[in-house]
Amino acid sequence: MSRTTRRMTLATMAACALALALPASAQDKGALKICFVYVSPISDAGWTHQHDIARIQMEKKLAGKVTTKYVENVPEGADAERVIRDLAQSGCKLIFTTSFGYMNPTLKVAKQFPNVDFEHATGYKTAKNVGIYNARFYEGRYLAGIVAGKMTRTNIAGYVAAFPIPEVVMGIDAFTRGMRSVNPKAVVKVVWTSSWFDPGRESEAANTLVAQGADVLTHHTDSTAVVQAAEAKHVYAVAYHSDMSKYGPDAQIIAVTHVWDSYYTHVAQTVLDGTWKPDHVWGGIKDGMIRMGPFGKAVPQDVRDLERKAEAEIAAGKLNPFTGPMKDNQGKLRLTAGQTITDDALSKMNYYVEGVEGTLPSGG
Amino acid sequence: MDTFAQLVILTFAAGTPLVFAALGELVVEKAGVLNLGVEGMMLTGAVASFIVTADTHSPWLGVGAGALGGAALSLVFAVLALTLLANQVATGLALSLFGVGLSAFVGRGYISVVIEGIKPLSIPGLSDAAIVGRLLFGHNPMVYLSLALFVAVQWFLHRTRSGLLLRAVGESPASAHAIGHRVIALRYAAVLFGGACAGLGGAYMAVAYTPSWTEGMTAGRGWIALALVVFATWKPWRVLAGAYLFGGVTLAQFQAQAAGVAIPSQLLAMLPYVATVVVLAIISRDATTIRLNAPASLGKPFHPE
Repeated sequence: MSRTTRRMTLATMAACALALALPASAQDKGALKICFVYVSPISDAGWTHQHDIARIQMEKKLAGKVTTKYVENVPEGADAERVIRDLAQSGCKLIFTTSFGYMNPTLKVAKQFPNVDFEHATGYKTAKNVGIYNARFYEGRYLAGIVAGKMTRTNIAGYVAAFPIPEVVMGIDAFTRGMRSVNPKAVVKVVWTSSWFDPGRESEAANTLVAQGADVLTHHTDSTAVVQAAEAKHVYAVAYHSDMSKYGPDAQIIAVTHVWDSYYTHVAQTVLDGTWKPDHVWGGIKDGMIRMGPFGKAVPQDVRDLERKAEAEIAAGKLNPFTGPMKDNQGKLRLTAGQTITDDALSKMNYYVEGVEGTLPSGG
Repeated sequence: MDTFAQLVILTFAAGTPLVFAALGELVVEKAGVLNLGVEGMMLTGAVASFIVTADTHSPWLGVGAGALGGAALSLVFAVLALTLLANQVATGLALSLFGVGLSAFVGRGYISVVIEGIKPLSIPGLSDAAIVGRLLFGHNPMVYLSLALFVAVQWFLHRTRSGLLLRAVGESPASAHAIGHRVIALRYAAVLFGGACAGLGGAYMAVAYTPSWTEGMTAGRGWIALALVVFATWKPWRVLAGAYLFGGVTLAQFQAQAAGVAIPSQLLAMLPYVATVVVLAIISRDATTIRLNAPASLGKPFHPE
């Protein structure tokens, strides 16, 4: 009920935002017009916030050559299709659609506008004028795990996660492997909130994990509640999406942040040059799509060095978080010694690795 | 035992937004008015309390503003539904939608703001002493406020003349009107009280429970509060029990997950809803009691001739 009503309001608001944005479209005839579709409000931290930072950075770097426009808070589905079509009609030549659920709407509109280029985040279907891009967030998770593994006293980390989809599961697994690479006794407890965004529940889940002995918390949900809960309970936290040290000045030991601006600038430049091709980009630390946030005050120098070293190794391609031997938490051998996981296996990951407690809810 | 005390404290903390909102709605419905705008009023209260706290650095001033914000939104409902006799269900739903949008709009500049919220009590020698001390004195001050509200509502409805009158208005507004009582004025008072309580529930979330403002932060608790009133058959103590049961089961399922119990998390996520509905349905299964407690004129517009 609440979901539907919120959606309806959001749709109305998105429509209003669009109506307000349109009159400006006639200006800047010479510049390339680049448009963005966001799934949530820009807000101060989180998924959409990171895309918007990148949009602004790109505009600065390509000043004079591009103009940008965005529509925030667009629900996935029919509304998205309408918004994307409106943008294409209003003269956008390059459109970034930044949520998984925009995949089919993007493809549908792309067919009708062969002269407009589209870039869709986190999807898996390309077309003549639709490229896809995503980041290997799990690399950042692994590095955060190293720091967490060194900082924990109880050897228990708590992980507040939204839904058991491969994207989230590979994050949990990478974090666990990072922790255990420096602390073989470490275990990770996972709590699912069944919601991407519910600060109340996220904070309840975080408190529960602390009550069960976790002294490092991390999250794969959209609010800052877990970091805030960690601050209140005097335990450590690893922030996700954005730097959240403002919400947990003592709690945050490191953050895994998403950085899209060099990619956006690169894509815009190829469109300007006329060399753009639909591509399938899955970038990581090496490509600068993920950056490790500031270390917390509590993190000693040797731990910082350890993390930096691993980061350099990942960037150089010498280290992969999922290199065998790797067992799942039922004891089944998933990768033999020296074997590295394939991208295909990664994108279908549906098991916990050794060190994660409990069983993975099916449905991923 | 330490974990136990912590769990009890967390359960009270989780149930408190529901206690505020549902007790307010109970009074509204006892007066024969159905206001479905609880979610919108909670969010308005949350954003009002957060803005005032951020600007004045006084969370308690913020709590007052939250109550006022919720009441202000409920006034819109009262004018439409009581004076202009608009359909109560439609008006209430519209109020929820409006409140969600309004709070998002008003709060857009405050998303990044960090505030010092209301902290749990910490009385040296009491809150940290033995387990009893922690259980009695370890809660957030607003939890005590919600319990005081419960006592007040219970006492008002069943021990005072005005409470009797309020219930009479909910049962048969025509009779109350005939013997000279001002039905509309009373209903206005009830609706405003309900709005203020929902606002307090929102304020608790924004300045005590998860001190922050984000759009839609109550995440459906207003709707749960509405359901709670019906399943509790309009009895304050059952509302209280239902709210804590809901909070407790929510936490218990997180505990079970963290402990690695092999039950699908999707199933566990349903549990708070199922448990609350089942338990409340069982304790209030007697059809006669339900009929006796349900306000006979609930949701029916009344126009004094």
